[in-house]
Amino acid sequence: MYEIIAQNPLLAALTALVGLALIFGAVLGYAAIKFKVKGDPIVEQIDSLLPQTQCGQCGYPGCRPYAEAIANGDTINKCPPGGQTTINAIADLLDVEAPTLDEEHGVESDTKTVAYIREDECIGCTKCIQACPVDAILGAAKQMHTVIISECTGCDLCVEPCPVDCIDMLPVAKGLADWTWDMPASSEEQVKALRADIIATDKPGQRDGVDAA
Amino acid sequence: MRKIWSLTGGIHPAENKHQSVQSSIGSLPLPDRLTIPLNQHIGAPPKLLVAEGDRVLKGQVLAEPKGFVSAGIHAPTSGIITHISDHPIPHPSGMAARCITLEPDHKEQWIEHRGIDNYREKTPSELLDIIRQSGIVGLGGAGFPSAVKLGPKQPISTLIINATECEPYITADDMLMREHPQDIVDGIKILSFILGDPDEILIGIEDNKPEAFEALKPYLQDTNITLVEFPTRYPSGGEKQLIQILTGKEVPHGGIPADIGIVCQNIGTTYAIQRAIQHGEPLISRITTVTGKACATNRNYQVLIGTPISHLLQNNGFDQSQCPRLIMGGPMMGFTLEELSIPVIKTTNCILAPTAEELPTPPPTQPCIRCGMCAEACPASLLPQQLFWHAQSQNYEKLEAHNLFDCIECGACSYVCPSNIPLVQYYRAAKGEMRKLAQEKINSDRARERFEFNQARKAKEEAEKAAKREARKRAAELARAKKADQEASPGGADTETNSADDIIKAAMARAAAKKASPEEQRAKLERGIVRAESHVNAAQQRLDGLEQDATDKQWEQARAALEDARLRLQNAEQKLAALGAPTDDKLKDATVDTAKSVMDKIQASPREALEKKVSTLKERIAVTEEKLVSADDKTLKTALQNGLKKQQAKLKDAEQQLAETPATADQPNSTPKTEDAASAAIARAQAKAAAQESMSEEEKLKASVESLQNRLKKAQAKLTAAEAEGSEHIDAFRTGVEKLQAKLTAAETQLAEKTQ
Repeated sequence: MYEIIAQNPLLAALTALVGLALIFGAVLGYAAIKFKVKGDPIVEQIDSLLPQTQCGQCGYPGCRPYAEAIANGDTINKCPPGGQTTINAIADLLDVEAPTLDEEHGVESDTKTVAYIREDECIGCTKCIQACPVDAILGAAKQMHTVIISECTGCDLCVEPCPVDCIDMLPVAKGLADWTWDMPASSEEQVKALRADIIATDKPGQRDGVDAA
Repeated sequence: MRKIWSLTGGIHPAENKHQSVQSSIGSLPLPDRLTIPLNQHIGAPPKLLVAEGDRVLKGQVLAEPKGFVSAGIHAPTSGIITHISDHPIPHPSGMAARCITLEPDHKEQWIEHRGIDNYREKTPSELLDIIRQSGIVGLGGAGFPSAVKLGPKQPISTLIINATECEPYITADDMLMREHPQDIVDGIKILSFILGDPDEILIGIEDNKPEAFEALKPYLQDTNITLVEFPTRYPSGGEKQLIQILTGKEVPHGGIPADIGIVCQNIGTTYAIQRAIQHGEPLISRITTVTGKACATNRNYQVLIGTPISHLLQNNGFDQSQCPRLIMGGPMMGFTLEELSIPVIKTTNCILAPTAEELPTPPPTQPCIRCGMCAEACPASLLPQQLFWHAQSQNYEKLEAHNLFDCIECGACSYVCPSNIPLVQYYRAAKGEMRKLAQEKINSDRARERFEFNQARKAKEEAEKAAKREARKRAAELARAKKADQEASPGGADTETNSADDIIKAAMARAAAKKASPEEQRAKLERGIVRAESHVNAAQQRLDGLEQDATDKQWEQARAALEDARLRLQNAEQKLAALGAPTDDKLKDATVDTAKSVMDKIQASPREALEKKVSTLKERIAVTEEKLVSADDKTLKTALQNGLKKQQAKLKDAEQQLAETPATADQPNSTPKTEDAASAAIARAQAKAAAQESMSEEEKLKASVESLQNRLKKAQAKLTAAEAEGSEHIDAFRTGVEKLQAKLTAAETQLAEKTQ
């Protein structure tokens, strides 16, 4: 046996390769079981980038289902609440070209809104409570309902089921706590305003004089 | 001489402090109204204790601290609360916030208050509570509640008093040290006691305040307080920078000075604490520098909190036309005020009213030339130009990596920038944006959590419903099985149906039976087939019984019954097939087989029929035995056992019958008795026929008349018996007798005619 292999280089090479393949196969197989990652990590990552409004504007019943859909090859531009920022972040994560927002699913809004129930008009039907994906509406049957503003994601899923149309989407009032400094006026514009063709040896007026002459 | 460390980076702008130290700390006449913002500190807004229209005394609590990081506010003078409403407050945003408007009554009537003579008799926590209730916050700039800062969890080895006041123009602390050195030293001693007498107490002072230095020096004899003078350099007054200069230690990233055993307090705060502990006075006023060339007088004032800036400026000969922008704070870190009605608050250390020459508007921004001067000036050892690039491109990850949050926003980088880039503004905006994103992240995480909980809850509810449905279904099936068992063995079931449980189950089974699902329909049809099969069997049995002495009519009836049963079976099978359910082939075959066997039997000889019967019975017993082995239910087992016994009994009977039947016999002659009776009847009938044949016409008639006469006699006897008994059938008997008499007379007349 050994002699046959020793005399036949092709057989020797083949044996060696098959042997290696078996060893590495075993190692890889073991690693696949031992270090198995539970769940789909990419879904988690995409989900963490989505805005979690659970509004369903993408056509999926929440952010996680959409994350799963993206992981399965759906387009990444279906999230109006996240807007271009979210699209860019997901594109960055998936290493794809960032598309613009698909207008079919809605337009990006700058102002964050929350639901507000006109409480004296509420009849206590609990329909909005059932519709709320994040349990941000408080109330009971035949009792007045109210929205917990801090938990409301502004998905407006509660507006449609209301039989008396007493839910409004109001923009969140910006208080001192939300205030931040603005970016300074873009320096790029100022740079453009400067004469870009001037060089260090040029003196103001001299160039003009040359031109005039 | 104590070793001092040098500040990393830093700048030395024109100090401009001499203008405001020419005269002592002044006081101002009471303004017409004081506007006191509710929230003048970092932390939760305090809880309002007064209402509009209330009369308050000087030092009265207007709002008490709510929460751990919070501070109260007090009435700066006696008067009436006229409004509690939104009013512009000193904030870079220029926004309005809830303020209490107080109209002074010019009586300066103090609320009852008294200080503590010997604070060492109190516990540190009692003193901290006084500080907290007195509304004292860091007066250096940030306004962090002092009670929180003075009650760290970590052991403190060094107390540092910040007398640096490094920013240009501001001299409030300088003047305070010059005029109240004794009070300040007392305040330091109180702080030292609260902090458990740390090993080292340092006062850090820049060398541009020699008067203050000299003023404090005599009071520090016989104390463990060390006055440390170091070269003037902006921003050595920053807390982290001062710690580095005095101790050489650096506050870790994201940490607080207490992490390295140091507590830092501003000189103004120290003074306020001394007033609160030893005099019982809450924080209702502070020293504010009013300076700048647009003001005729540059001076420090003891200003009541809530005094409008306009009041302050009016008393200093402010010329608005000279002043393009009014600044609260210093020129490096201050912010522009939008309007003059804004009040002085606890953190207002300076009002700067510079002229256009003094503080010119910055020239237009030029592109960054990567000169690196900003990096040299940065006291926090950051890379300002990198931060600038990333802030511009909003690359927040990179900003985080470059430790943007270690930036103290001192403005040194902007000051040195040859391209006049407003670097700090970029950092502030980026920081704000990052905080906002972090908050959004927290919110979205919470929303995700709530959404997932919502989904989980809904799934659980659904699962519970499904489980209930499943349980109901199973109960119905069980009840049905039980019912089937009861049908199979009616004797054993009686005892079981007593309990209420069984009644409920039976009711549920009935309800389930009403709701005919396809499966149930199929089961029903199958049961129908079984019934039809049993009908066929019954008909067959009847036929078996008839075989021995059957007349044609009986055969006819039995055949018709069998045909009927067969039709029913076929009908049931068709229905089952129409239902589309997978038909039980075994069952079908069995029924078809029985029908066939019955038909065979009808045609076959009794012997063959019996043989077949025996074989089918044997087969059935085998099947039942198999079932018995595989059956696991107890009731089913007993039922099957009963069935098996019956079948075995039947088999015995059939075998006996088979043994009795002659092997070659073709006719039904099972018992000799019946054979004799039959032959006797035949013999009688034959004799009758023969006798009739031999008789003449007359004789025949005579015989019939005789027989009629006999019958009439019998009938008459019956009638008399019935009359005697009073039977209800008398009429019937009578008509019978009449008919017989009529027949007799008819026969007699016939006979008479014949004989004539």
